[in-house]
Amino acid sequence: MTRTLRLDGVDRSFGDRQVLKNVSFEVAAGRMTGFVGANGAGKTTTMRIILGVLAPDAGEVSWGGATLTRQDRQRFGYMPEERGLYPKMSVREQVTYLGRLHGLDAPAARRATDALLERVGLGERGDDLLETLSLGNQQRAQIAAALVHDPEVLVLDEPFSGLDPLAVDTVVAVLRERAASGVPVLFSSHQLDVVERLCDDLVIIGDGVIRAAGSRQRLRDSYTVPRFELVVATDAGWVRDEPGVTLVELDGARAVFDLPAGADEQPVLHAALARGPVRAFRPVSPSLTEIFREVTQ
Amino acid sequence: MNVTQATRLVAAREIRVKLRDRTFLFGTLFFLLIAAAGTILPPLLSGGPESVAVTEAAAGPLRAAGLDVRVVPDDRAAEQAVRDGDVDAAVVSGPAVLALDEAPDDVVRALSTAPPVRLLDPDAVDPVVAFLVPFVFAFVFFITSQTFGLQIAQSVTEEKQTRIVEILVAAVPVRALLAGKVIAGGILALGQIALIAVVAVAGMQIGDSGGLLTLLAPAIGWFVPFFLLGFVLLAAMWAAAGALVNRQEDIAGVSTPVQLAVMLPFFAVIFLNDNASAMRALSYLPFSSPTAMPLRLFTGDAAGWEPFVSLAILLVTAGAFVVAGARIYEGSLLRTNGRTSVRAAWRERESIG
Repeated sequence: MTRTLRLDGVDRSFGDRQVLKNVSFEVAAGRMTGFVGANGAGKTTTMRIILGVLAPDAGEVSWGGATLTRQDRQRFGYMPEERGLYPKMSVREQVTYLGRLHGLDAPAARRATDALLERVGLGERGDDLLETLSLGNQQRAQIAAALVHDPEVLVLDEPFSGLDPLAVDTVVAVLRERAASGVPVLFSSHQLDVVERLCDDLVIIGDGVIRAAGSRQRLRDSYTVPRFELVVATDAGWVRDEPGVTLVELDGARAVFDLPAGADEQPVLHAALARGPVRAFRPVSPSLTEIFREVTQ
Repeated sequence: MNVTQATRLVAAREIRVKLRDRTFLFGTLFFLLIAAAGTILPPLLSGGPESVAVTEAAAGPLRAAGLDVRVVPDDRAAEQAVRDGDVDAAVVSGPAVLALDEAPDDVVRALSTAPPVRLLDPDAVDPVVAFLVPFVFAFVFFITSQTFGLQIAQSVTEEKQTRIVEILVAAVPVRALLAGKVIAGGILALGQIALIAVVAVAGMQIGDSGGLLTLLAPAIGWFVPFFLLGFVLLAAMWAAAGALVNRQEDIAGVSTPVQLAVMLPFFAVIFLNDNASAMRALSYLPFSSPTAMPLRLFTGDAAGWEPFVSLAILLVTAGAFVVAGARIYEGSLLRTNGRTSVRAAWRERESIG
């Protein structure tokens, strides 16, 4: 199954404020796609439009090449930014109920609920009322609610906010399983380190405009100048005088510097070796945070 | 899954949750007790037949009238029995009737010859019953539409307050959510009334006032469709009111128009029920017709075609309110920042499939 979720030229305004401008990107099957942007950049609005909770003013969302229908969306899994389940219903009962609303029959919904609660570590709390669970466990229940019907597409708005590290690991593992089985997974987060660790593809949005989209590695390659780290035995200050070098950081024997795109880094290494022992010399991949800063500036 | 299946699931959840709600269960139990007490107790309290002391010679007509006859040897013993409080009355030679402080009507009637009575309007209703029945109809409609309407509003607001609404809206059509809630409310309301009615009927049989039932039957038969449509009309308003706010505490504020739409007809029917022209008007107005028309049928004031016309008016109005209520519901359901104005909800409906 290689179905792709695609947004094409989606616009959306609230009153006079246009929050999405010609938003287009893809979420490929079997890929974890991170969706990052500052607060108010349009992440939640985009996800709501994918789920049909909001309607786009222009543009369309397609799934496997055809415009999304309600029937398609019913097989999507969605975790909204603003969390919530019924506080006075047991975890098992409401996850089952949501499974049925997504089209499962009663026995299938019960089976899926039991398996999933076990998987997210709520097996023993299934019959407790939601309101009696800790916030972390309520989050796990929320994940179960989004996954119960074995969705064909997963759209998760800030799935890791409010989770303790253990729960983050559980959720990451569950999402990876789903992605590995061929489901496109789109998740937003403002915790860039988590996104970095997790995503295969990346979509960066700023002020309602898609600033960058593609595989994480390609973004890394295309959005940064070559950067290197050099550690020598003595002071590394001399590096700044080498041809082409732009010194980024100097800390005694350690220097981080940029070279112009396409330039050869070996002459700098030779120069360092000529001066004494070299402890380390390696290319530095820019962190997601740096890419993010660069593309949203 | 289509709208009907989704509606059924939503309604089933609403009912399941409500049937586990203690407040609801105790409330129902309370009404059942009132219904039982109201029908069983009055005949019991009025006591059995009057007891009367009399000599054997004069006992015949009293026995024939079904009184509790105590045979005494003479008039003196009869008088003493009355003074001691052993009997309600005594019949002594004369004949004269003795009693302590209240004329014993049944005894007097047993010994009198009543002139023949010819009733010109034999169907006319006992004035006490005529007073009670409107009150009961209006009260049942008032209490149930208020209770279950408020419950619909609370359920709508709860889904907004807990934010689960976004998941629900992504999964099922908004119309299914609204319809499920209204249908569940209607089923619960009608179920509760039916249960109370069963207890009341059983109570009347036990208390031996079953005759009233035959009189009431046609009015009750009409009350059911009127009640259902009236309930849907109000439920649409309650659901819209619930969707406008984000917190349970704010429901009271937005639901004032709905409350008035329930309250004013209630008092109008209670206070104007012996004013024929006022009742005629009330029996056609959509908010009061659910109580006023069955009443006019009960008192025999309404012609056979009248309930059909009134029901048609109510149906059209309820339909219009459901459409308007659904639009406000859809327009405000996802606005989770503070209270939404009716105007904004009306304009800002999302056109989602």
